[in-house]
Amino acid sequence: MRNLWIFINRYNAFFLFVIFFTIGVVLTVRNNAYQRSVTFNSTNEVVGHAYIRLNIFKRYLNLGEVNDSLARENARLNTAILALKNIDTAKNEVIKDTVNHVQYTYLAARVIKNSVTLRNNVITINKGTLDGIESGMAVISAGRGVVGIIRDVSPHLATIESLLNKDAKISVSIKSTKALGSLVWGDRNSDYKKAFIKDVPNHFQVKLGDTVITSGFGSFPPGIPVGSISNRGISTGDNFLTIEIKLYNDFSTLQYVYVIKDKLAQEEKSLELKLPNEQ
Amino acid sequence: MNSRIIVINIIRWFILLSIQVLLLRNLSFYDLATPFTYILFLLLLPFGTPNLLLYLIAFGTGLTLDAFYDTLGVHTAACVTLAFVRILFISVTVSRDNFDEPEPSLGNMGFKWFSLYALLCTFAHHLVLFLLEAFKLTELSYTLLRCLFSGIFTLFTVILVEFIFYNRKSR
Repeated sequence: MRNLWIFINRYNAFFLFVIFFTIGVVLTVRNNAYQRSVTFNSTNEVVGHAYIRLNIFKRYLNLGEVNDSLARENARLNTAILALKNIDTAKNEVIKDTVNHVQYTYLAARVIKNSVTLRNNVITINKGTLDGIESGMAVISAGRGVVGIIRDVSPHLATIESLLNKDAKISVSIKSTKALGSLVWGDRNSDYKKAFIKDVPNHFQVKLGDTVITSGFGSFPPGIPVGSISNRGISTGDNFLTIEIKLYNDFSTLQYVYVIKDKLAQEEKSLELKLPNEQ
Repeated sequence: MNSRIIVINIIRWFILLSIQVLLLRNLSFYDLATPFTYILFLLLLPFGTPNLLLYLIAFGTGLTLDAFYDTLGVHTAACVTLAFVRILFISVTVSRDNFDEPEPSLGNMGFKWFSLYALLCTFAHHLVLFLLEAFKLTELSYTLLRCLFSGIFTLFTVILVEFIFYNRKSR
């Protein structure tokens, strides 16, 4: 024991170095998110590579089985080809493609009540739960931009919280710069042709006439046109621009709207509920 | 170790770290070379400093730098490495009995000794610093290039500062 102590004492420079260096590296890895993620990544990389190597050998063992299954499939496909060759091509019908992997589906609806002059405008449409409409779905008009979000649903009718509403807040981005912001109406503005984008950091160069589109965060699909910039940068004294835009949508003549059904909405919501810090 | 040396070192610590944090942190040539002149403080600590104290000082200095650079641990590990190289180099080149010089400065030890000493310490420090910062081996050549250029830059500034405060009388 005493000898060990003498040994450690003689080479104290080295042992102290090891101790302090370890502390430094541990601090680095534990406190810097980047280093932490990399550590986990590279370990996964090692494991992954091992599995890839293993798989190369395993594949040889299964070759017989694979050959059998390929032969079976060839036989089946050959029969199918023969069957198809005997079809009278003149009688071919158009087959409806039932694509399962489309995220957004559109439901057309007719506007039966609308207003543009109130503080909080609500639109009513003639489709309801029986047509598959649910609260929170996005509503757009035919090629002319966002309308609002479904609020209440009855079996045959639904109300839309119009964009012309003081509570409306839609995530948008400026097409040329990709700058994100929130689209709001209200705030000393009652013109149904105008709206404002807030929360755009003021280092972005904003040009008059730039197109504003939805960002894809929230219930709206990305890339839906909203309007064009008519007044850039109203100074509010903070670090964010308030940009005035001219809406493409004419709310006063709204006749038909599309309700957008997001297949992944439920999945996204349940996934995001698991985040502990999400407000 | 008298109180004058302690005061001088504390003042040097403050000056070098403020220069590093306030001025040199914003300096970068083509994202390749950034000088880390603050290591001069660790280089100039007196010969008689006990190993444990030296490591603690290096650790504290690194931690302070990390707080300003937001890279907790990186500078700490680099400074500790520098302390290790410093101990090794001094134990090899300077005999233990004649610590007649108070500190390993350019004026005391001569240009040849000091430049080799600074070279080894600087590159040990920078190697650890840049490798820990990059933390991946795929960009190894770029990391080493940055390390090399920054090392040259640091070495240049360190020797420059030493020449500016060259004090031949103490020899």
